[in-house]
Amino acid sequence: MSQIHARLAGVTRVFPGSAGHGDVHALGPVDLDLARGEFFSVVGPSGCGKSTLLEVLAGLQTPTQGAAAFEDKPIGAETPEGVGVVFQEDSSFPWLTVWDNVAFGLKRTALSGAEIETRVRDALAFMGLKDFHKAFPAQLSGGMRQRVCIARTLVLRPRLILLDEPFGALDQQTRLLMGDELLRLWRETGATVLLITHALDEAAMLSTRVGVMSSRPGRFIDLVETGWPRDRDSRIVADPAFGAVTARLWSNLRGESLKAMGHA
Amino acid sequence: MTRAGAWRLGLLAGFALALELATRTGAISHTILIPPSAMLARLAGIVAEGQLVDDIAFTLLSVLTAFALAVSTGFLAGIGIHALPRLRRALDPFFATYYAVPFFVFYPVMIAIFGLSKLPVIAIAYLFAVVAMIVNTLNGLDRIPRVLAKVARVHRLSWADAAWNVKLPAAAPNLFTGIKLAIAYAFIGTIASEFIMATSGLGYSIAYAYNNFDNRTMYALMLFVVALVGAINLGLYEWEKRLMKRRTGR
Ligand SMILES: Nc1ncnc2c1ncn2[C@@H]1O[C@H](COP(=O)(O)OP(=O)(O)OP(=O)(O)O)[C@@H](O)[C@H]1O
Ligand SMILES: [Mg+2]
Repeated sequence: MSQIHARLAGVTRVFPGSAGHGDVHALGPVDLDLARGEFFSVVGPSGCGKSTLLEVLAGLQTPTQGAAAFEDKPIGAETPEGVGVVFQEDSSFPWLTVWDNVAFGLKRTALSGAEIETRVRDALAFMGLKDFHKAFPAQLSGGMRQRVCIARTLVLRPRLILLDEPFGALDQQTRLLMGDELLRLWRETGATVLLITHALDEAAMLSTRVGVMSSRPGRFIDLVETGWPRDRDSRIVADPAFGAVTARLWSNLRGESLKAMGHA
Repeated sequence: MTRAGAWRLGLLAGFALALELATRTGAISHTILIPPSAMLARLAGIVAEGQLVDDIAFTLLSVLTAFALAVSTGFLAGIGIHALPRLRRALDPFFATYYAVPFFVFYPVMIAIFGLSKLPVIAIAYLFAVVAMIVNTLNGLDRIPRVLAKVARVHRLSWADAAWNVKLPAAAPNLFTGIKLAIAYAFIGTIASEFIMATSGLGYSIAYAYNNFDNRTMYALMLFVVALVGAINLGLYEWEKRLMKRRTGR
């Protein structure tokens, strides 16, 4: 079994232009090796191609150039088995209850009804949604809806979890606690995680490694190893090294963010 | 009952009572309008004697046929047109102006094609209803959030599974609108056509009663049509409200 769990090699994505607009070079070329079981975060200015990168790994977009692979098999035009995705936008099904939303993928597996029930119940408890299993998404806050989507992905126990700003709709306190829960889950399942975030402290606190992307077309301009112990949690923010990591991320990102805003 | 419901019922009852008084006191002449109680009595008579049961059945069958055809073919046509953007761009102006055409002017054509049977009635009712279903199917398909289609893909759903369990429910609110309009238009198309080109049916019987100065039967049948269509649409409205309540939380 190779230590490299997922790989991007020279991946470029260009969106063909429409009438009056030229092509949009959204991403790359990007090279990236995700080690099995690592927690990798991506930070980068708005519009730099982060979601595009995630969708290439998810098999939702084919690279214009280069290739992507998961568990040594090329990623084609469909999502490989074992990959779970949480999208940036709210993607809960408004016509299903919270329970049925979370069970959506499980019902399509060969698992027994009892096993499905256990997994859904555990996931709801884990996400703080226990009392809302009968509610419809419209009755929940944006942050709770996003947790439903996270639960829907996690119950399938993916080996590679792709998360696109999953905590964007949460307040800072909940965000830190959810980060802890995510770390616990990551430790327990041994899954590989790729997390896109715009919060530098979140990236610094959770990750084994953080990739800093340039403004569009996004490329990695820095890869920062955090060196945290495996059984860390949000209290790491008190560690002096935490400040150093965050500072390094920001010094890289500041110029790129200015560029993305057209100020450079 | 809700407060609004009580108000609604009160308004209806008040209106009926006002009509009753106005006709009983002679403020409105009986040659123009008969008292609602007389309409009801006549309607009860019609129902009890089993008269017009055939007409009612005949009309409802035409409405149902036109409605079922309009919803099924309109839905399929909507899916087909949605998949062909070029065709859609060509058709859009026609859809937009379709309901500006006074359909009933085509009745001689329909009779020439189908003869004097219930077919021309069904054809007009169908043509009247089908475009509403097509347009609302297109709207529904347009409004499926792209991210939900992506969720279907990352869950590796089969084409049929994704269509049935993600796309259809996501488009459901618009499809429901299409169905509601189709049933209303099927009724209008059927009864209006029966006035001009049928030899039986509710519309025909109303026209027949009118031509024979049988005001009581005419009004009794009108009341029946209004009550029937009102009840069907109220039922649909309540059902839709209940469905949407979950989705919107309101
Ligand atoms: N389907 C598409 N067609 C054309 N251009 C696209 C498409 N999807 C994305 N883009 C463009 O590609 C670029 C990168 O988009 P992407 O969504 O990957 O950025 P992002 O880093 O995720 O941004 P954000 O931080 O705002 O989520 C943007 O300029 C965007 O406008
Ligand atoms: Mg994005």
